Amino acid sequence: MSELVLTSLRKTYGPTVAVDDVSLTVREGELVALLGPSGCGKTTTLRMVAGFIEPTAGQIVIGGRDVTHLPPHRRDTGMVFQSYALFPHMTVAQNVAFGLEMRNVPKAEAEKRVADALSLVRLGHLGERYPRQLSGGQQQRVALARALVVNPGVFLLDEPLSNLDAKLRLEVRVEIRELQRRLGLTTVFVTHDQEEALTLADRLVVMANGVVQQVGTPEELYESPANLFVAGFIGRSNVLAGRLVSPGRFESRGGLAVSVPADGRAAGPAALALRPERLTLAEPGAPVAPCMNSATGKLVLVTYLGATSEYRVDLRGDEVLTATLPTPPASDPLRRLAAGDPVTLTWPADACRLLAPDGAHDQGG
Amino acid sequence: MPAAGPGRRWLGRFALRAVATVVFCFMFLPVFFVAWISLFDQQIVSFPPDGYTFAWYANALSRPEFARGFVTSFQVAAVATVIGVSLGAAAAYAIVRFRFAGSGTLNTLLLGPLVVPGIVAGTALYVYYVALENALDVDFRATLHGLVLGHVLLTIPWTVRLVSASLVGLDRAMEEAAANLGASPLTVFRRVTLPMMRPGLVAASLFSFIQSFENLELSLLLVGPGRITLPVAMLNYLEFRIDPTIAAVATMQIVIIGALMLISDRFVKLSRIV
Repeated sequence: MSELVLTSLRKTYGPTVAVDDVSLTVREGELVALLGPSGCGKTTTLRMVAGFIEPTAGQIVIGGRDVTHLPPHRRDTGMVFQSYALFPHMTVAQNVAFGLEMRNVPKAEAEKRVADALSLVRLGHLGERYPRQLSGGQQQRVALARALVVNPGVFLLDEPLSNLDAKLRLEVRVEIRELQRRLGLTTVFVTHDQEEALTLADRLVVMANGVVQQVGTPEELYESPANLFVAGFIGRSNVLAGRLVSPGRFESRGGLAVSVPADGRAAGPAALALRPERLTLAEPGAPVAPCMNSATGKLVLVTYLGATSEYRVDLRGDEVLTATLPTPPASDPLRRLAAGDPVTLTWPADACRLLAPDGAHDQGG
Repeated sequence: MPAAGPGRRWLGRFALRAVATVVFCFMFLPVFFVAWISLFDQQIVSFPPDGYTFAWYANALSRPEFARGFVTSFQVAAVATVIGVSLGAAAAYAIVRFRFAGSGTLNTLLLGPLVVPGIVAGTALYVYYVALENALDVDFRATLHGLVLGHVLLTIPWTVRLVSASLVGLDRAMEEAAANLGASPLTVFRRVTLPMMRPGLVAASLFSFIQSFENLELSLLLVGPGRITLPVAMLNYLEFRIDPTIAAVATMQIVIIGALMLISDRFVKLSRIV
């Protein structure tokens, strides 16, 4: 396994910029997920690593070797395709053996490695079948075995779970993660599903419009989103537009004054992101600890979700906050709240994340 | 609609079978009659037959023009199929894989031979060959290569259609997967693309061969002495005699072509492509 280094990778189609200045290092044995909405450039980036798309500018280095201008068959990457792309005219064993054959591995050794790879994905007994005789999940595992049997320098996965049903997706997800850990595979994984990315990856790369928005561990992205896009894309966020009036003091457009952590940001227009689960709900008039922020408003909607309940609170005019709370016990007076009731929301200053306002660019992380 | 009772369902199934039987009969009736008439024991065909005989088969086999016609037709069809399918498959590959200016027009143009009546195409080719002969000082009229070139035209539309269909259904990711596993572009084509095109190629070859083998109109003006194709030989015979010999020849041709289809069906299930 090798380290993968992308430097200022860029791809344009005429005036359209598909991928803009992507730099990324995937360490040996690390699983990095490229995450973003469709058309954000994540698949283009992956296909540039595999060699199916020629970058307009930038450099791709796999294991210290510059492969930027090498054709796909000389890159030493192992790719799993969204459609699996198994060869329908070959048996499962022949499919898996294909890469070894191309590398002129002696027949006896190849047979052993194919058998090992198939038992690794628990398909040792199906080698003689044809792909069309297998279920979707089994085909998926053949595709994994076929890509892994050649010990590629980098393992690439393009939305590998999107064709599986929900239950199977969870199983295969765990399986891929285990394999990846056990074999120490340097892996790049493309997905549009944030839950998939959060649970699988060591680090995530959030992309939008061809630009990397933030790179970080799942925790970093969730707790400290770099900008409004990440705050809204990874989990959910309440966003208040306004301005930082003085260090540690934010005032929303609707006039709500909030104390925020003083992070050295200069006074000026800013946006405030608040995770719904960091808000607590109280009846108006209930005592509020002095270190807490609070806002009163009118409850507009209560959504019962079982373990949690969601409260949508209209502050003033167009400012709305959503709070997610563990569903209170039936005896709790909060359970009797209904739409139209006045309520108070409270939250600590450190739950606030100050970000550049919409439209401004704020990169980092 | 009320739920169909067992009686109704039975009626539906009966109607389906009845229609299928009628259609099959309609399609096989000519074949059946040709085979039947070839055994009639009389010069002028009339019903009911006076008796049955294999004499017409003996007559057909004893006449050298039919045997020679069969050999010529087979040669022309085989060579035209090889050339036409190679060209047509290459054209289909280019049209499906590469978007270039005029690829749509080319696609339509290649279907041209299906649209132009054979006799018109034959006349046009004849005139064209005369011009070519004057310009190049090489014979084209009444030669085997002239005939083969004409028949190549017949094979191309079928090939382009059938091979395009097999290519359109081919997931590009498969070729990418092969490249990703270390196959050079040539190996990708040989090991993945070509095998995936195989059903289309087999069907195209079969259709092309039959199209060429049974073609009369285009060949009429292009054949020469000693290079008469079987359909032209049959027409020549009919000009002087109407006896069941022609039916015997036709029956033998049907049997041979039917056998060819059965053989290719062993390699590629025709029902899956056509």
